[in-house]
Amino acid sequence: MKVSAWCVKEKRLFDQNELTVFNETVLPHLDAAYNLARWLSRNDHDAEDVVQEACLRAFKYWKGFSGRDCRSWLLAIVRNTYYSWLRKQALQPELTEDGEIGAIDDGAPSPEVALLQNADREMLKTALEDLRVEFREAIVLREMEGLSYKEIADISGVPIGTVMSRLARARKQLQIYLTTAATGNSL
Amino acid sequence: MNCNDTGKLLNAYVDGELDSTGSLSVESHVQQCGPCRTNMENLRLLSSAVEKGALRFQAPRHLKRNVQTAIRAANPEMKRSSFGWQWAGALASVVLIVALTWVATTQRGRSSEEAQLIDDILSSHVRSMMANHITDVASSDSHTVKPWFGGKLDYSPPAKDLTEQGFRLIGGRLDYLDNRPVAALVYQRSQHFINLFVWPLKGDAVSPESQLSRQGYNMIHWTQSGMTYWLVSELNSKELNECARLLRD
Repeated sequence: MKVSAWCVKEKRLFDQNELTVFNETVLPHLDAAYNLARWLSRNDHDAEDVVQEACLRAFKYWKGFSGRDCRSWLLAIVRNTYYSWLRKQALQPELTEDGEIGAIDDGAPSPEVALLQNADREMLKTALEDLRVEFREAIVLREMEGLSYKEIADISGVPIGTVMSRLARARKQLQIYLTTAATGNSL
Repeated sequence: MNCNDTGKLLNAYVDGELDSTGSLSVESHVQQCGPCRTNMENLRLLSSAVEKGALRFQAPRHLKRNVQTAIRAANPEMKRSSFGWQWAGALASVVLIVALTWVATTQRGRSSEEAQLIDDILSSHVRSMMANHITDVASSDSHTVKPWFGGKLDYSPPAKDLTEQGFRLIGGRLDYLDNRPVAALVYQRSQHFINLFVWPLKGDAVSPESQLSRQGYNMIHWTQSGMTYWLVSELNSKELNECARLLRD
């Protein structure tokens, strides 16, 4: 009896300790997790649900996690949680074929530098939200989290070449959107 | 290197992802080629615009707390010891405001498991009001609230609209109780919020209706058609009983 009671107590202490370490190591990246979830889902409530579920998963696999970059690890879980959440909602994302970068040269005029300089926050936000989800994901990870192509490739589970082409296509579309919006506004 | 080759590498160049040979090739081409130089400048401008645009979303303040609560709820073996510390401050302030109406008799005979569940239900109720996150789906239409739970739970909770009887359905929320995700349906009576927690019974553990009062909150518990129900509110017990009766009918 005594031994088993002691074991239970030790187990609790151990778990408490796990939680403390988890809180100190993983939860500082909650903003990054929320930012990614928020951009993917484009909705406050859904983003919160996704992050909460992702953190539960993260805690579950926490013991198997060994010291790699914690933020990337959490972001990968957030991303996977979002896509499985989408599937549950039966809203399959329309993933595009990742083509060659050359294929993005659609003959659109090169945007004017001045117009891009005038892009305001709202315009940028709308332009980003308008992107396909996998392009949005690449832009958020690169431009907001400052991650390398390798890190993004690991998180998104695609080859580095695909990251490169997604970023190129995403930026091209952003430029076209912003230029069009700016031209429209100035007319 | 021609414009086509440069175009393929330009993003990687701007992102600092090219090796030195690749970088040199791009640089020497860009120096001679106006259109490619413009493209490069545009890419840089876009990056700095996104950076300057302050487009990052910050996690709401209650999210961290919700995450920690969810982790504890999903890992019940460590829940009890940490629960007190996490919510001690929050509950203490509630206790100060609300008159303490501890009814010792209602506690007698309850198992520690049930006492823990009652604690959890009460803290879920308090938390739902403090975190300003009482509903995940806000709707007075039971045909909206009920399907919302569809993909989130392995059962379908009833979402009765009692607006005509003075208990307005204002939405639903996902919560964790009894080591499982459960449905919380939220009703409003004048200024008071009522949480109805519903989940399937374990086995056939049917229990008679019971009522208790804790820290100024009234709770009513019953089982019906294979489901267990907990109704919690600061509403007086007479009106809460009325609500329970309407829900059971």
